[in-house]
Amino acid sequence: MSELKLPGRFDEYVDARKEGFIAVKEYKENGGNVAGCLCSYTPVELLDAAGIAAISLCGTSNETIPDAEKVLPKNLCPLIKSTYGFAYTEKCPYTYFSDIIIGETTCDGKKKMYELLNELKETYILQLPQGQERSYAKDIWYEELKLLKEKLEEKFNVEITDEKLREAVKMRNNLRKALCGMYNLQTSCPPAMSGTDMMYTLLKGSFSFDKNAYIEQINNIVAKKIKEYQEEKFAVDKCAKRILLTGCPSGGVIEKIGAVVEKNGGVIVCLDDCAGERTNEILVDENADDILRAISDRYLSINCSVMTPNNGRIENTKRMVEKYKVDGVIDMVLQACHTFNIESVNMGKMMDEIGVPFLKLETDYSTADSGQIETRIEAFIEML
Amino acid sequence: MYCVGIDIGSTASKVAVLKNSEIVHTMLMNTGFSSIATSEAILKNLNESGINKENSKIIATGYGRVSVPYASKTITEISCHARGADFLFKEAGTVIDIGGQDTKAIMLNNGRVSKFIMNDKCSAGTGKFLEIMSNRLGVTQDELSRLAMKGQAIAISSMCTVFAESEVISLIGKGTPREDIAFGVIESVVNKVVQLVSQVYNDKYFLTGGLCDNRYLIERLGKALQNPVTSIPMARYAGAIGAALYAEN
Repeated sequence: MSELKLPGRFDEYVDARKEGFIAVKEYKENGGNVAGCLCSYTPVELLDAAGIAAISLCGTSNETIPDAEKVLPKNLCPLIKSTYGFAYTEKCPYTYFSDIIIGETTCDGKKKMYELLNELKETYILQLPQGQERSYAKDIWYEELKLLKEKLEEKFNVEITDEKLREAVKMRNNLRKALCGMYNLQTSCPPAMSGTDMMYTLLKGSFSFDKNAYIEQINNIVAKKIKEYQEEKFAVDKCAKRILLTGCPSGGVIEKIGAVVEKNGGVIVCLDDCAGERTNEILVDENADDILRAISDRYLSINCSVMTPNNGRIENTKRMVEKYKVDGVIDMVLQACHTFNIESVNMGKMMDEIGVPFLKLETDYSTADSGQIETRIEAFIEML
Repeated sequence: MYCVGIDIGSTASKVAVLKNSEIVHTMLMNTGFSSIATSEAILKNLNESGINKENSKIIATGYGRVSVPYASKTITEISCHARGADFLFKEAGTVIDIGGQDTKAIMLNNGRVSKFIMNDKCSAGTGKFLEIMSNRLGVTQDELSRLAMKGQAIAISSMCTVFAESEVISLIGKGTPREDIAFGVIESVVNKVVQLVSQVYNDKYFLTGGLCDNRYLIERLGKALQNPVTSIPMARYAGAIGAALYAEN
């Protein structure tokens, strides 16, 4: 293996970023492989079974967007621009040191961005069906997973055995159960954890190399929060209005939306995005005869707005509204995300039907509209 | 005990003072560059009218609400306009507030906000749009409306204020009568507001904010919405009145 080089502008980076680079470099120098992932549809069990660390790519900061816009059009989702920008500027250690990036044909913006990303870093694209209902949809996705398996085996010179897959499934199911345990903290009144605290925990976890340590960390948080709650050391005010946050991935708007909700008398009790309960409550059947099939079936059952129809998402949100005793729903749409933006119409209709106040916010990662966003959120909480 | 509402808008600042739920004092001034200087000037004026921190309760609203250090609380302009409009019009309906930088449509039910919509971060359909176009045509906003009454139907197709200004410049260059351009400018605001309001449509609308005595705009808005739009001069103070009402309880 050739010697690993740090980015050319490494010396200009802030300490935290430098540490990130050094940590990944060491991981790789000790023989580790890294796959950069972007989406809940990525069947990470295959990467686990191949002994490759599945790490999220940085893509939640405005910092790299001006650079991304040297190549990509301006009128594009900030998550896509930011992700590409991090690769382009060599500012994300995970993107920079990844051996492969696993993309997927979710939205049009991402799938075309991957073509350009591939010029910077090898990007393998999984082809998702457009919906879950066709009789052959599951077969398409199963075939895609088989192709990915072959690709990984060949590129990394490993064998992905059923045994390893089953082991990975068990670990991932444990992680999902741990996460659901953490989400469930919010069913109590007041919720046992602040929403932004949880959002940061989840964001940090997506960059963790040792998933078993991450499971343990989550379980510890849950135990600690339950204890504090029982001792009546409440993390959240009892009168805080209970907000469900749905829509696009929210990792890039933790401050802009999450913190603003919680500063103005609200608390996020349910994170209804693709990294939340909607996705993580779906487990893989550990005892299935065909374990690869069980994995592919599980991932295809995720409800994302890129699918048509996608009624499952809205039905699920309705269920979450009841479970978490929600006072109001905020639907966050990242600029130029057509699928969530249009689906917001049906989400709004459903909330009208069940009589739950609904606020749609369309925004990006910049601070250009922070004042207006804050006023809207404040006014929304005032009306609850 | 006086109840004071201070509404620091992006363009104008409004104050309303209530005593026993009666409006006893109002004040209007330009916000200017500094919201803090404005709020100090307001306090001075209140003091001159015998109102001070000891004999009053003060609530601030508007985008500069955080710049009123002597207010006991801040409430958003959305809640305040709704409360003020309910006080002034005493009916259910949708409140339209065309502000200096935001346009808001607020659905009122039993005096409470049941739903609201605000324009995107751009200034299309706001007071800022009218201000810029009036300046470009070299007239005041009142004159703009008077000119528009005599204008012929032309459309300004750009929604973006900057592009619309270029469009107006090319109309001026072609020698288009000022009246016609003024008509197009007002229609542009009306169309944008109608689009916004369509998400909180109603059979009755109330216009609050700085354009409350712009009769021509109110008339065009009513036509476009196909339902009556009413306003009164006091509606300019709706946000401040709402804040004062919140101070009352």
